[in-house]
Amino acid sequence: MPDTPGKNAIEVRGVRKVFGTGEAQVAALDTVSVSIRENEFFTLLGPSGCGKTTLLRLIAGFDFPSEGEILLYGSDIAPLPPFKRPVNTVFQSYALFPHMTVAQNIGFGLEMLGKPRAEIDARVAEMLKLVRMEKLAKRRTSQISGGQQQRVALARALAPQPKVLLLDEPLSALDYKLRKEMQIELKRLQHETGITFIFVTHDQEEALTMSDRIAVMSSGKILQVGSPRDIYDRPAERFVADFIGETNFLDARIDSLDGGKAKVTLKSGASISATVADGFKPDGDATVVIRPEHAKAVKGQGDISGVVENVVYFGTDTHVHIKLDDGETFTVRQQNARGAGATFERGERVGVVIGDDAAQILKD
Amino acid sequence: MAKRFSIRQQTGFTAIAAACFVLLYLPIVVLVAYAFNDSTSVSEWGGFSLRWFVSAWSNVQVIDASLRSLQIASCAAILATIAATMAALATTRTQAYRGLTFKYAFINQPLMVPEIVTGVALLIFFAQIKVATGYSGLGYLIAAHTAFCIPFAYLPIRARLENMDLTLERAAADLYATPWKAFRRVTLPLLWPGIIAGLMLAFVISLDDVVITEFVKSGGQDTLPTYMLGQIRRGITPEVNAISTVFLLLSVVIVTLFFFLSRKRD
Repeated sequence: MPDTPGKNAIEVRGVRKVFGTGEAQVAALDTVSVSIRENEFFTLLGPSGCGKTTLLRLIAGFDFPSEGEILLYGSDIAPLPPFKRPVNTVFQSYALFPHMTVAQNIGFGLEMLGKPRAEIDARVAEMLKLVRMEKLAKRRTSQISGGQQQRVALARALAPQPKVLLLDEPLSALDYKLRKEMQIELKRLQHETGITFIFVTHDQEEALTMSDRIAVMSSGKILQVGSPRDIYDRPAERFVADFIGETNFLDARIDSLDGGKAKVTLKSGASISATVADGFKPDGDATVVIRPEHAKAVKGQGDISGVVENVVYFGTDTHVHIKLDDGETFTVRQQNARGAGATFERGERVGVVIGDDAAQILKD
Repeated sequence: MAKRFSIRQQTGFTAIAAACFVLLYLPIVVLVAYAFNDSTSVSEWGGFSLRWFVSAWSNVQVIDASLRSLQIASCAAILATIAATMAALATTRTQAYRGLTFKYAFINQPLMVPEIVTGVALLIFFAQIKVATGYSGLGYLIAAHTAFCIPFAYLPIRARLENMDLTLERAAADLYATPWKAFRRVTLPLLWPGIIAGLMLAFVISLDDVVITEFVKSGGQDTLPTYMLGQIRRGITPEVNAISTVFLLLSVVIVTLFFFLSRKRD
């Protein structure tokens, strides 16, 4: 996919962040470069300690990079203190001011910018309407629920119309149902305000459902940047494939290579077609990744075969765990239909058919 | 199941506790009761009267010493609280570093050094300044009281700062508040109960100091406690009881306020 449409809101260039000194030195960010486009819902995804929050803090100005620059619409903001950056943050703990009302919280940023009272009041009313909190404007922040606090935190950060909104795992304190609601709410807010969102999360499902693009991070590095579909269907590295969704890994030998396509032979002797991760030049042995729903279990002969170890019914689909003849395990996910489709028994011999282009060759 | 150890069930617990409370409060009760005694004796009850309160109120020396005490305590408490607030901010809004514990000890030094040592040291030190400058006003007493009040103001303020969420200040900065504005609009309002608590504690501590005041004061600079000490040397009248009772009432009011303020908004 071409990587050019629109302007870049944020450009992170060769940023390193090192904590500690001498022997105890740890690189929280190891030479990270990434561009975030205007009006985009961009997600930094990774396990805890991968550097995603550090990167967010550098963009917000709570910390400063050891090396590199951070451009906001072309000008370097890395050395500026947080109060001089037209960037606002929604904190994980919300950090609402407990001695102010909901409305005072939302108006705080505008007040600090020295806006006239009338403008602040109008904007606060608009924000209250946007997050549907008009009725609670006069309440103290300790007198409203967690979900409502979340909305106030969003309204407070959006009120000064920042160029970029940073969200630091804002949904992690909410229960499952509320989290689902807020995911939709966030998408709506981003759409209605047209502000660039940078969202930090460790929840891969959240990242896939909400983002325009995702950067997958691990150990202070960005491993892959792409649309949710890119990241899911064409993972570049084993870590990315493993972190996002359920995955089967198989060893394979490369037979032929033609641009982004390859023919590979699996250990079972079956020959299948596969796609190759962008910019990767495999030779000889390689690992292929196959998503459970891109393969099909059949009674009889398939590309690979094994014995059913377990069958788990999930309502919408069924997971069939198969022990392959070479000892590896392989999971197939089949859509359920009423009164139709083959069912499998534990201990039954089955074949697995791998669809065309279901396999992706990746960097180990 | 083994019974858990409970100090309440030890033999004599109730008796010891009761004895402690009696020892603590009985003398105070007696003192207050005899303040309303009509007789001139502090040990013989001669009927109810408010004459000693009237007598104390019309005693110029008592009024003079009381006003001086309030003046010193007000100045010292305010100065000590300002210094303590700055010290508390400096020692909590920082990464832990080598020497921070030493700083705590340094700030809390008046709690550890015997008052008599401080008293003698200040007497000698201030005597040299008096000779050099010729100044002999209340400044010396205010300076001395400020110094030993600082830790009492510092402790509640620091406790409050340590419980404050640092993210709030970060959020203020994120919303375009300069460091000074973030302090004034977010940190200070949240710190306020701690500051008031520290101020009142410092005020009470200054109000009843005897040892250091005795060493530092010049002639004619009696505070209420040192005046009363002087009176007792010349034989006690129930007037001292009456003054003490008023003093006690003031302390109780301040400590009660302190208690409610430190609980508020937590």
